[in-house]
Amino acid sequence: MLLELSDVEVRYGSIRALKGISVSVAEGEIVTLLGANGAGKTTTLHTISGLVRASSGSIRFDGRDIGALAPHQVVALGIGHAPEGRRIFPRMSVAENLEMGAYQRRGSLREDFERVFELFPVLAERSKQEGGTLSGGEQQMLSIGRALMSEPRLLLLDEPSMGLAPMFVTKIFHVLRDISERGVTILVVEQNAAQALALAQRGYVLETGSIAMSDQAGTLLRDPRVRAAYLGEGAA
Amino acid sequence: MSAGLQPRTGSAARFWRSTDARRLFGCVVGALVVAVMTGPSGSASAPTSGFTGSLFRPRAFVFVALGLALWAVMTFRSRFGDVVRRANDRIIATPRQLLVNRWYRYIFYLAVFAFAIWYPTILSGYWQEVLVDQIGVFVLLALGLNVVVGYAGLLDLGYIAFYAIGAYSAAYWTGALPIHPPMHLNPFWAIPLAVLAAMLAGVVLGSPTLRLRGDYLAIVTLGFGEIIQIVATNLTGVTGGSQGVIGIPHFSLHVDSLKYVWHVKALPYYYLLLVFVVIALAAFRSLERSRVGRCWAAIREDEVAAEASGINVLKYKVMAFSIGASTSGFAGILTASKIGFIEPGDFTVQLSILILVLVVFGGMGSLIGAAMGAAVLQWLPQFLRVHPLFGFQPQDLFIYLGALLVVMMIFRPAGIVPSRRRRSEIGLAEHGVGTADAMSAAGGPVA
Ligand SMILES: Nc1ncnc2c1ncn2[C@@H]1O[C@H](COP(=O)(O)OP(=O)(O)OP(=O)(O)O)[C@@H](O)[C@H]1O
Ligand SMILES: [Mg+2]
Repeated sequence: MLLELSDVEVRYGSIRALKGISVSVAEGEIVTLLGANGAGKTTTLHTISGLVRASSGSIRFDGRDIGALAPHQVVALGIGHAPEGRRIFPRMSVAENLEMGAYQRRGSLREDFERVFELFPVLAERSKQEGGTLSGGEQQMLSIGRALMSEPRLLLLDEPSMGLAPMFVTKIFHVLRDISERGVTILVVEQNAAQALALAQRGYVLETGSIAMSDQAGTLLRDPRVRAAYLGEGAA
Repeated sequence: MSAGLQPRTGSAARFWRSTDARRLFGCVVGALVVAVMTGPSGSASAPTSGFTGSLFRPRAFVFVALGLALWAVMTFRSRFGDVVRRANDRIIATPRQLLVNRWYRYIFYLAVFAFAIWYPTILSGYWQEVLVDQIGVFVLLALGLNVVVGYAGLLDLGYIAFYAIGAYSAAYWTGALPIHPPMHLNPFWAIPLAVLAAMLAGVVLGSPTLRLRGDYLAIVTLGFGEIIQIVATNLTGVTGGSQGVIGIPHFSLHVDSLKYVWHVKALPYYYLLLVFVVIALAAFRSLERSRVGRCWAAIREDEVAAEASGINVLKYKVMAFSIGASTSGFAGILTASKIGFIEPGDFTVQLSILILVLVVFGGMGSLIGAAMGAAVLQWLPQFLRVHPLFGFQPQDLFIYLGALLVVMMIFRPAGIVPSRRRRSEIGLAEHGVGTADAMSAAGGPVA
């Protein structure tokens, strides 16, 4: 397994946001993490990238325990994170934003820029524009592009489709498949369960800090409970 | 539809209900309050003299006139705000455009530098003192704090503590303190040691506290400033206590046959300061434009995103913090050696706040702004002391500074010489975009 969380528990003061979850992602896979608001999806990603510390349990990446590492060390190991709500640097140009993503790397970034611009041609057109003046969808692309600039082996995406028009959502999911085909492993948090499950090979369902279900994406997609809770269908 | 709710009104009545009227009322009342606050105070025998003495005197008119002027400016601004802003941008842009040409820029810098060398020589002794003690030292302090507050976005309210550490270290190494160093140094050679002490203090204080996000740093540094002052007051055996320390020698330099002593005259200190201000300007400018500066900007704009992008946020914050601390420390040594005397009362929290005001006034994140802000705000009270206008009382300084800052925040929130990036950050924040708050993005809209 490339990434393996076992019995990870996270507390915010007295709140137990994660109550001992185990999640694993194999090399080359696309795995999705579903769940209602406040289930702990963002917390899971933050714990993996070191922004939040687990109070117990272990996180292994490529066989190595990364639970005690600082975020910049986690990035150095090859985990890119496009955080929830895009969080681009609003006053930096698109190019500068991308450069910050490659902050730890030395040498020429030409090829990396080209790769990102190939995935998101609109970013090339806007490379001098300030990040904060991009449209929401463009900001999302920039956020993903920035995470890709660190040449990650594993990409963590937190609701890449949030607030986007359906056409943009489809577009983003296409690009995610592209990225995956280039050999990047992806763990994606989504509210948009139907499309996420169509994209992913496997999925986990989080409910108030615990894993309620985990299965092949196709199986989850057909599961009546999932359909009722996350695909907006009638009674279970 | 709701007939009769709004009776038709004449233009006079409409005026009195408008924002303009409310502003007018606020300005005049505010001016009167300031007039009373800055006027004479009452006493037991004449309890109302505080009011009569300030309201029934010609000076009341001056204040009301100032209030009216403020109202006129505000009204003008709200009516013609866009025009003003555009003119404003042009005023900032024009010199910048001229200075884009490298040669013009060098010539301009050279001219300013030559002026800075020549001008003090024609000043009176009093103004030379002011130039060093009040202006030069504070320009240096403001430049240092600008790195902390303006570049890295860290609110340091105990900045003067490092100034104290620098000053006391200089006192220690020159043997002026009750405890004695392993060897006595001339303060000139104590500079690196004292700067190092201030920098170390910055690292030691910064490393644990800068891990925390948000306002903790402001609270911790505020406390640290107080602690340093209290320690200096009470640790009599080490620091000389509230009596202070006397007999810190002046700088002197002996290298082979070259021998120079700074003595009591202000001008030699001024040139020493000038050298360090120029070094600081050059160093901070190149830092700002380097990778380090870019990282500071990223941290300031969105700390979580900066972390997620792989920036070692703690390292860069500690770096900014200790650069500020060492600059402050150096200013402390210079003051200690020039005046020859330090006491805990020199290192109050007000002084930390004052320096912050200088930076905010000048323009956070802008080197020229911070330096200009410090120079102007430090020069003005001295000028008023010599040429008192409207019965200016030096002890009222902070009232005026407060008012000035309020006015500044309305008209030029980014300072008198704003940094380009900072200015647009503030502009965005006004429109609710790009808050640096770590939690603001959580629970956003669901697709
Ligand atoms: N910094 C924090 N301090 C305290 N509680 C927090 C913090 N961050 C998250 N929580 C709480 O932890 C729980 C999980 O939050 P999390 O952000 O992981 O949810 P989520 O699954 O990402 O939800 P959403 O779909 O709304 O983004 C919530 O109850 C939340 O209130
Ligand atoms: Mg979330």
